[in-house]
Amino acid sequence: MAQGRQTDVAPAIELRGISKAFGPVQANKDISIRVMPGTIHGIIGENGAGKSTLMSILYGFYKADAGEIFIAGKKTSIPDSQAAIRAGIGMVFQHFKLVENFTVLENVVLGAEEGRLLKPSLAKARGILKTLAAEYELNVDPDAKIEDLGVGMQQRVEILKALYRQADILILDEPTGVLTPAEADHLFRILENLRAEGKTIILITHKLREIMAATDTVSVMRRGEMTATIQTSQTDPEHLAEMMVGRKVLLRVDKKPAQPGKTVLEVENLRVVDEDGVERLKGVSLNVRAGEILGIAGVSGNGQSQLLEVLGGITHGTGTVRINGQEIDLTGRHSDGQSRRARGICHVPEDRQREGLIMEFTAWENMVFGYHHDPAYQKNALFMDNAGIRDLAADKMARFDVRPPNPVLAAKNFSGGNQQKLVLAREIERNPDLLLVGQPTRGVDIGAIEFIHQQILDLRDAGKAVLLVSVELEEILSMSDRIAVMFDGRIMGERLPGETDEKELGLMMAGMDTKAA
Amino acid sequence: MDVMPKWADVVLIPVISLVLAALLSTLVIVAIGEDPVAAVKLMVTGALGSTYAWGYTLYYATNFIFTGLAVAVAFHARMFNIGGEGQATLGGLGVALICLALPWPHWALALPAAVVGAALFGAAWAAIPAWLQAKRGSHIVITTIMFNFIAASVLNYLLVNVMRPTGSMDPATAKFPPGAHLPTLHDLLAPFGIAFSRAAPANISFLIAVVACVLVWLLIWRTRLGYEIRAQGHSEPAAVYAGIRPVRIIMAAMLVSGALAGMMAINNVMGEAERLVLNSVEGAGFIGIAVALMGRNHPFGVFLAAILFGFLYQGGAELALWTNIPRELIVVIQALVILFTGALDNMVRMPLEKLFLALRKDRA
Repeated sequence: MAQGRQTDVAPAIELRGISKAFGPVQANKDISIRVMPGTIHGIIGENGAGKSTLMSILYGFYKADAGEIFIAGKKTSIPDSQAAIRAGIGMVFQHFKLVENFTVLENVVLGAEEGRLLKPSLAKARGILKTLAAEYELNVDPDAKIEDLGVGMQQRVEILKALYRQADILILDEPTGVLTPAEADHLFRILENLRAEGKTIILITHKLREIMAATDTVSVMRRGEMTATIQTSQTDPEHLAEMMVGRKVLLRVDKKPAQPGKTVLEVENLRVVDEDGVERLKGVSLNVRAGEILGIAGVSGNGQSQLLEVLGGITHGTGTVRINGQEIDLTGRHSDGQSRRARGICHVPEDRQREGLIMEFTAWENMVFGYHHDPAYQKNALFMDNAGIRDLAADKMARFDVRPPNPVLAAKNFSGGNQQKLVLAREIERNPDLLLVGQPTRGVDIGAIEFIHQQILDLRDAGKAVLLVSVELEEILSMSDRIAVMFDGRIMGERLPGETDEKELGLMMAGMDTKAA
Repeated sequence: MDVMPKWADVVLIPVISLVLAALLSTLVIVAIGEDPVAAVKLMVTGALGSTYAWGYTLYYATNFIFTGLAVAVAFHARMFNIGGEGQATLGGLGVALICLALPWPHWALALPAAVVGAALFGAAWAAIPAWLQAKRGSHIVITTIMFNFIAASVLNYLLVNVMRPTGSMDPATAKFPPGAHLPTLHDLLAPFGIAFSRAAPANISFLIAVVACVLVWLLIWRTRLGYEIRAQGHSEPAAVYAGIRPVRIIMAAMLVSGALAGMMAINNVMGEAERLVLNSVEGAGFIGIAVALMGRNHPFGVFLAAILFGFLYQGGAELALWTNIPRELIVVIQALVILFTGALDNMVRMPLEKLFLALRKDRA
C-alpha cells in the first residue's frame, strides 16, 4: 500500500544500478530509471533488449545480480511476486494468467481470498468490482466465464485483478498485441482514467505509435542498457527508432507499383474444422496473382493461422484450392508439407521457433528443413550430403545477412531477427511460385524488419505471388497490394491500401461491414 | 552460446557423477562393516583382472550395448522405450526358432539368419505399442512396460507347453545344433596368437554390437530418416510443418529400437546359453535405459556406458561370490550410478556451469 503517497516528490519506482546476467548473456546492465507517480511511463526497445527481464526483476520473478529498488522513495526488496503485490505493484502479462473455466469474480479473488470461506470474499469482491468498473470504465460481467470472453475483456480482468490487490503501480507488457485498434483505444482510455486517479503506469511495448500516443515519459532500452529517458512530447518516432536500433532506420517501405500477372492461387469456399470440432475457416474465397502481395489483416485467432496451415499442408480442409490452375489435394495422402513444396508453395510459418525451425538443429540443418528429400542434398542413396549442405547454407546465410554467418551454430543461438532470416533464406531461395508468409516481423528487431520487407518485395517484383498474414496493421498497409480482412473465419471484404485506412480496417477486423453501414 | 565447453559436458560431468556415486557406495560398504578398498580391488580384478574377467565384462556389455542403443534410438524421437526387456525376450524366441529350424552346417550361415530373426521378432514386439502410440495416442511408456509382462508370459507358455522337448522337466528349448554355436572371443583371437579365456562367454556378438553402434550413428546423423527422427523428437509441430509424418517416424524409430533390443538375443541366447530358457534377459532391458541415459543417447557414449555397467555387473558378481557383501548391494551401487548420472545430473551441472562462467569472466 502506498504509505509513501505523502512524499509527493519521490518517484513511484526508482531502480538504481540493476544488473542481471543469464549465463554469458548480460540481460540488464547497470540500469537506473525513475518513474514518477501519476504518469504513464513507456519502456521501448527491440526484442531481447531486456525490457521483460527488468520488469520480471521488479515483479520478483528474477533476482537482480546487483542494484537496488526503491518504491515511493523507500528501499524495498522484492524476492517474490507476493512481495511485489504488497509493494503495490500489479502486472498485466502479455499472456494472460487466468483460469479459463472460472468466472471473472473467481479469477479476481484467486490468491487473494480472505478467511476460510470463499463466499464472503466473493461478495466483497463483487462490491469492489462494481466500484472499479464505474470509476475506470472497466465494465466486465463478474459472473461470465473467462473462456467465454474475448481477449480485450480478458485483459480487463487482468487489470481488475491488479487493482483489486490495491496496486498503485501497474505494469503492462505488450498489452495491445492481441487487441483490435478499437480495443487498444479503449485500453488507453482506461489507462488515462487510472492515471487521473493517481496511479502510475509502466507500458512496455515495441510499437512506436503507442508510445507517442499514450505516454508522458519514455525510456529506451538497447542491448540490456537504458540508453535514454525523455519526455514523450520532446521526441518523435524516427528519433526513438534510431535510439532503439543505434542507427537511422527507414520506417516506411519503398516499393514500386505492382505488376500483377496471371492468377497463381485460387481459393474457393475453403473450410477448416479443428481438432475440437470448431469450424475455424467458414468458407474463404480469395485469389493471389503473380507479382502481387495479398495482405490478410485481422486480430489473431480469426482463422488466419488456419488459412496458412491448410495452404501449407499442415492441416486438412475442404473446398477448392488451385495453384497455377491445378487443383491440390486438401485431405488425402498428398496433403502435407512435402507435396505443397513440390507444387511450388513455400511457407514462412507464423511461429518460427515452434514450426519454422528446429531450435536445437544447427543453421545448416535448418537450411534444408522441409527440403531434405531434395536429390540435390543427398550424397548417395543412403546418406545426406552434410558437407555440401553446410557450404550451401553458408552461402545463403551470407546473402541474407544472417549474423553471425556461422552455419554450425544452433538455431536457438541466433536472435529473433536472424532466426527469421534463416527461415526466409530457406524459403525464398527455393524461388517459389507462391510464398505464404505469417507474421514476418513478429519479435524481429527494427533493423532487420527493413531487410525482411525488402526480400519479400523483391520476390514480388520477380513476378511471384505472396500471401502475407500479419496482425500488424501498419505492416499490412505498407506491404500489401490488396488487403483482405478476416473476421471469425470469414473474409469481411477486400480493400486497396490507398483507398482505406486503419480505422476502416479496424472496424472490419471487429466484424463490422463498413460497406453496409 | 553454450555455457560450458563440450568436453566438460560429455566427459567431466559423467566422471564427476561417477566419482560421487563411488564415494557414496564406499560409505555404504563401510556402513555394513566391510573394507571398501578390498572390495574395489576385488571388483577390479574380478571384472578386468584376467581375460576370463574381461570375457564376462564384455559379455554383459554386449547385452547393454544393444538395449542401450534401443533406448537411445527411440529417445531421439522423444519416445521412452521401456520395453527393451520384452523385445529382447521375443528376440530370443526368434533366435531359438531360427536355430532349431535347421541343422545349421556352420555358424557363419546361422548367425545372419539369427540376427534377422532376432531383429524381426524384437521389432514386431515394439510395433504394437508403436502403432497404439501413433494411431491411438496410448502412451508408449505404459504400453511398452505392459508388453514386458505379456512377453514374459508368452515365453513362459511357449517354453512349458510348446517348445519343451518331450520328457524334459526344464522349461527351456532343446540345445541348439552345434552348427549354430557362435565362436567365442577365445576362438576368434586364437588365430592371432592371443590366448583369451576359453571359459568366458564373450563371443562374436560383441563385434556385432560394435558394428551396431556405428550403424546407429550413421542412421541418426547421416541419413534422411535419422534427420527426420531427430526433427520429430525436437518439435513435432515443426516436423509436421516440414511435411514429416509423425506416424511414420514413430513407427520407424520404434521398429529400429525394437530390432536392436531383440538383437541382444544373439549374445545371451545363441552365444551363451545355446538354448532358450526362462527369463534369459535378466533385466538387461532395464539397464539399457541407464546406459542410454549415461551415454547421452550417443552410440559412442552408449558403448562406454555399457562397458562400465558390464564392469559393475561382473565386478558385483565377484563381490557377492567372495565377500559377505550381498548381491543386492551391487544393485544399490548401480542405482547410485544411475541416480547420479541421470536424475542428479543438474546437481553437478549447475555448479560446473557457474564455475566455467566465472572462469570466462576472469578471462574477459
